[in-house]
Amino acid sequence: MQDRKPLYLMTPALAWLTALMVIPCVLILVLGFFRRGLYGGIDYTFTLENLALVFDPLYAGIFLKSAGIAGLSALIAVVIGYAAAYAIAAAPARRQPVLLFFAVLPFWSNYLVRTYAWIVLLNREGLIASFAHWLGYEGELPRMLYTESAVVIGLVYNYLPFVILACYAPLSRLNPEIAEASRDLGGSGWTTFRRITLPMTVPGIATGFVFVFVLSIGNFVTPALLGGGQFQMIGNLIYAQFLTANDWPFGAALSMVLIAIMMGLLTLQTFASERASGARHEET
Amino acid sequence: MRAQANPRLMLVILSAVFAFLYIPIGVLFGLSFNEGGLPTAWTGFSVKWYGSLLANDDIMGAAFNTLKVAVVSTVIATVLGTLLAVGVEIRRRKGRFLETIIFAPMIIPDIVLAIALLSFFSLLNVTMGLHTVIVSHVVFNLAFVCSVVRARLKTFDWSIVEASTDLGAPTIVTLWRIVLPVLMPAVIAGALLAFTLSVDEFIIAFFTAGAGRDSITLPMQIYSMIRFGVTPEINALATIVMTLSVIALTLSQRINRGRLPGQ
Repeated sequence: MQDRKPLYLMTPALAWLTALMVIPCVLILVLGFFRRGLYGGIDYTFTLENLALVFDPLYAGIFLKSAGIAGLSALIAVVIGYAAAYAIAAAPARRQPVLLFFAVLPFWSNYLVRTYAWIVLLNREGLIASFAHWLGYEGELPRMLYTESAVVIGLVYNYLPFVILACYAPLSRLNPEIAEASRDLGGSGWTTFRRITLPMTVPGIATGFVFVFVLSIGNFVTPALLGGGQFQMIGNLIYAQFLTANDWPFGAALSMVLIAIMMGLLTLQTFASERASGARHEET
Repeated sequence: MRAQANPRLMLVILSAVFAFLYIPIGVLFGLSFNEGGLPTAWTGFSVKWYGSLLANDDIMGAAFNTLKVAVVSTVIATVLGTLLAVGVEIRRRKGRFLETIIFAPMIIPDIVLAIALLSFFSLLNVTMGLHTVIVSHVVFNLAFVCSVVRARLKTFDWSIVEASTDLGAPTIVTLWRIVLPVLMPAVIAGALLAFTLSVDEFIIAFFTAGAGRDSITLPMQIYSMIRFGVTPEINALATIVMTLSVIALTLSQRINRGRLPGQ
């Protein structure tokens, strides 16, 4: 088949993606530079006000808070996920695929349902509270649901399988002889881990961290369900601009900054893993 | 790697992580069969919450809408995604720009695509409803189908295509009778994945469904129920939804004899 043929195979799909992804996304970028209309519509005069408003302390604060929560969630998910991936990679080879399959399975079930499960566990009459009373705890339990911690737990829980997957890939490819060599040369288990295993698996850690961070910072479902109404993350703010406050240009400007942060991190992560794999090639 | 790990510590880690992953889901599963419906006490085994789901018109209507969205968007995405995959793999030159466009729907945050589509439809004065949800779902479904099919094409023996062409078969015949049968497991696996993603998808549907009661999908219904608190019916619904996703994905993986996407 000549090189011309692929074009008409690809055209329907590419046309679909252009019309319903590329153009709408460009539209968001453009909208951010227009003024908000008197009755919530759009007034087509160029302005930088929306973008400037994003950096107003009030909104910049929400950005920082979202980044803090996303960062904390990503950190916890990476620590737990790395330990789990390490344990899977250390299991007998024939068990590894099964363990990995069951570690990833929850990731493919409904996000809302997985988040809802934590409402059942954390609420005042929930399972954890009943369990504490059953153990004989009489006093008032601290509030668990509708807190920042609940949001972090929910994000970690939802994205953990992804981190396990990302960390397992480099761990399973590690050459065991390198660790053996380190021990033969007198390195303790901890030294070997810290100076050999960990540095060689940085790409997996970076991928896991960046993805959890990116998925968390723009999340609006988990903060809305587990954080209660009190508390806003950037995703909720964008949601409100479009569905309740009716200030689309400002919502678009917020999205623009969010996308910029995400793209920056993803580029950084690609760069980091390319550098790491380049370094490995030089070694061999 | 294996020699240095402390087996007991590894077992503790694995047990703890799997407990963390599966206890919340297991609790929902168990509670859905609890007569009293409350997490505080087990009052006996019952399927009455499943019965009350069937009697709930809102939920059944939403389930039916979701089925419509998932079936139609999966069919469109499977056709477009498969053609795209074949087209991309036939080309020898790999363009970075093309790769980006194909991968983008899988990595763009849902909320961004959702508001982009909402603005797009509103500015064009398109009346929103199930049809807008369907065309929006095709965007990401297409990308997932394409990536599953492309993985299969990596090991495809293109010489059989050349043989078919040399023997005088028109391109369309070659595609239909040579390429498609070889790709079939990947196409079915991709379609099952797309179907599951579409059934579970909430954010994009929420933004592109419009305001009408009659275009509410199941995840939208679940979301509004959850916001009003814990009811035993949600436990039953959650169990059904989760079981179906797990079955579809296990099936998808079996058929393709490969791995879960992303793995």
